Amino acid sequence: MEGLWDFLRSLHDAYGINLVHFYDTFERGRMLRGMWTSIKLAAVCIVLSVLIGILGAWLQGSRFKVLKAVVQGYIQFFRNTPPLVQMYFFYFALGPQMPRVVNEYGISQPMLGSFEWAVISLSFFAGAFNIEIFRSGVEAVQRSTVEAAESLGFNRWQIYRYVVLPLAVRVCLPALNNNLVNLIKTTTQAYAIAVPETLFVASQIWSDRINVFEMMVTLLTFYLLLVGIFVWLMTRLERSLRVPGFGQ
Amino acid sequence: MTATRNHASVTSEGVAPARGESGYMAAAFTPRVLAGAFGLVAVVVLAGEAWAQLNSGAGQAGIMTTLWKWTPLILFGPKGEFGGFVLNIVVSFLAMAIGTISGLVLGLGLISKFGPVRSVAWAITQFFRNSPWLVLLFFVMLLTPFQIRILGLSIPLPAWLKATVGLALPIMANIAEIVRGAVNSIPTGQWESAESLAFSRLQTLWRIILPQCVKRMIPPWMNWYAILTMATPLISIVGVNDAMTLTQDALASEQRTDLLMPMYALLLLFFFVYCYPIARWTIRLERKYAVRI
Amino acid sequence: MTNAWTPDQPIVSIKDVHKSFGPVEVLKGVSFNVRKGEVVCIIGPSGSGKSTLLRCINALVPIEKGSITVEGQEVHDAALDKLELRKKVGMVFQSYNLFPHKTALENVMMAPIHVLKRPREEVEAQARRLIKKVRLEGKEDAYPGELSGGQQQRVAIARSLAMNPDIMLFDEVTAALDPETVKEVLVTIRELAEEGMTCMLVTHEMGFAREVGDHIYFTDRGIIVEHGPPATFFSNASDPRTRAFLSQIL
Repeated sequence: MEGLWDFLRSLHDAYGINLVHFYDTFERGRMLRGMWTSIKLAAVCIVLSVLIGILGAWLQGSRFKVLKAVVQGYIQFFRNTPPLVQMYFFYFALGPQMPRVVNEYGISQPMLGSFEWAVISLSFFAGAFNIEIFRSGVEAVQRSTVEAAESLGFNRWQIYRYVVLPLAVRVCLPALNNNLVNLIKTTTQAYAIAVPETLFVASQIWSDRINVFEMMVTLLTFYLLLVGIFVWLMTRLERSLRVPGFGQ
Repeated sequence: MTATRNHASVTSEGVAPARGESGYMAAAFTPRVLAGAFGLVAVVVLAGEAWAQLNSGAGQAGIMTTLWKWTPLILFGPKGEFGGFVLNIVVSFLAMAIGTISGLVLGLGLISKFGPVRSVAWAITQFFRNSPWLVLLFFVMLLTPFQIRILGLSIPLPAWLKATVGLALPIMANIAEIVRGAVNSIPTGQWESAESLAFSRLQTLWRIILPQCVKRMIPPWMNWYAILTMATPLISIVGVNDAMTLTQDALASEQRTDLLMPMYALLLLFFFVYCYPIARWTIRLERKYAVRI
Repeated sequence: MTNAWTPDQPIVSIKDVHKSFGPVEVLKGVSFNVRKGEVVCIIGPSGSGKSTLLRCINALVPIEKGSITVEGQEVHDAALDKLELRKKVGMVFQSYNLFPHKTALENVMMAPIHVLKRPREEVEAQARRLIKKVRLEGKEDAYPGELSGGQQQRVAIARSLAMNPDIMLFDEVTAALDPETVKEVLVTIRELAEEGMTCMLVTHEMGFAREVGDHIYFTDRGIIVEHGPPATFFSNASDPRTRAFLSQIL
């Protein structure tokens, strides 16, 4: 490893290519923590937004008109307003209304920090799209298949859990993949409320070290890799869920 | 970054199925939804109002009055300056125009007969489709000069113009995908019959194929316009005087916590009122064009 | 149980059942009884309400008027335990309706495991027996998409049997099959009938109805026009509508 760092250091001296965020232990630590925060943020949001999608699609099949209208209102609101403003609304407008808690040093602090608010805001944002995606999958499940389950004595929840959802997921996986890729890219927006994720950390490093271009290349490579790995995982999932003779 | 509604996936071939899932939504689209969203905002504003009534010190204006006072600034920007919601819209128009034209060219590159052109176009498309919008925006803002020199003349590049280019890049890549998908969806018989009539490849594209593509490209194109519009507040992060920046300025000068929710809700409402009809219209066109080819 | 039903009473009793879909009345007062172990065939032109009648017995569709009892219990009672009913009544559909994401064996096992909450090993042993019974040994791990129509339909029959029903409803189960595979499904149903299972079939297979049926009901436009044991029904139909229908089919 040391050899590599020395080589990168020599690049700086010889050509002015400043990759300080690799060979400097402190900057490297910052950078890696930022990347880890991005990965955590993306992972938590993916899980939560998928849960919102499943729950919302289930609620949309409900008999209560009011409930359906509320879900519909939520979807339309989050789909047709800017995610950045949504995040500001959560963090700056709702955040201060939350009760404060005392931390282990005896200092009063907001109950939810910027990371938590980013999670909430991004999950609700992507969740609105996921509801529609799952719903389209649910609607693609044949009515007669549901009827067969009914005639075998499955109740409404069992039908959803064992028949409709497994089939719907297979149908809507490509659309879900798109939306989750988009969610991963949108996590950079947490920069705006100072979540120490990759973009935020990168901006700190480039203002300290004046290596904007090198940081940009690193940033873009990181996100292309992150998205690439996610797409690869989703493709594997899709393949493992493939059922002979179903779909296509 | 931002609001990709079901754009075609990184790996998927073509764009046609990408928006399929919105079809069923049409049934759910009713004025009730619009009323619901307005209601939501109204509830937030009124709750804020009630809160203010309880907490207001002497000499504080009501919430509605204050919102009304700041509305012209947030919508049209400071007097004599280019800013506010109008700037968001102008940026969205310009970025869409730049993105569409360059996207058309890039899209034709994607279907080029010449292998290397196709590869380069593919790499560009994938790069800009899969990079976060905000990172691209920073990239353009920080790595382009604030002015350019042409023939000894120095032309300043204002921040909003650079931001427009930054937003146009991902649009370009996604429009290219739309073009490729649409051209591929035209039956090969069209190409063959044009060839048998001695049309050149370019003539065939321009006179026969592309005119047939226009209809099926319009709904996804509009979808991307809406996504772009909702991405425009990002330019506030890189220091452009858009509606977002001005809302925060207004809040800073008022220094009232009871205004936070109503002010942000108002800004959300501006975008909703602009984007929701576009979304409805898109779905309508989509259904209309889906019936006949 | 307040239910005083005994096996010598009709297992299914249908009285003056009415059912409409919007303005169209598809059942206009149908009544008949089915005894335990009886095989009843319902025949008639398309749209005469045959399938709807079967669906009403299983409470898949509600009725507007009349009464249907299964083992003495009213089916169209708001307080009805649908699970109890569906444990007693198995149903097989024209379009098989197997769960496409589950193998043949899993299709058979699903309801006993999730609905009846029976232990997995026991259910699996029973499911394997049932697969064997419908002559699909070796196809346990095949997905529905890999099976022929006739094979899928036999899995569907096994799936219903796994609930140990007292009555089986067959809704035009051979209508979607090609002629060669019709036979294998009919063999399975005949074996069931011979074992004493109470069966109600909606069918277009007149030869089969004649062979296995204990009683034939002919429906047209929502009413039962004529009925009787196959021997008399097929040779001495008296109603002109029945005769017209039979002459078209036979």
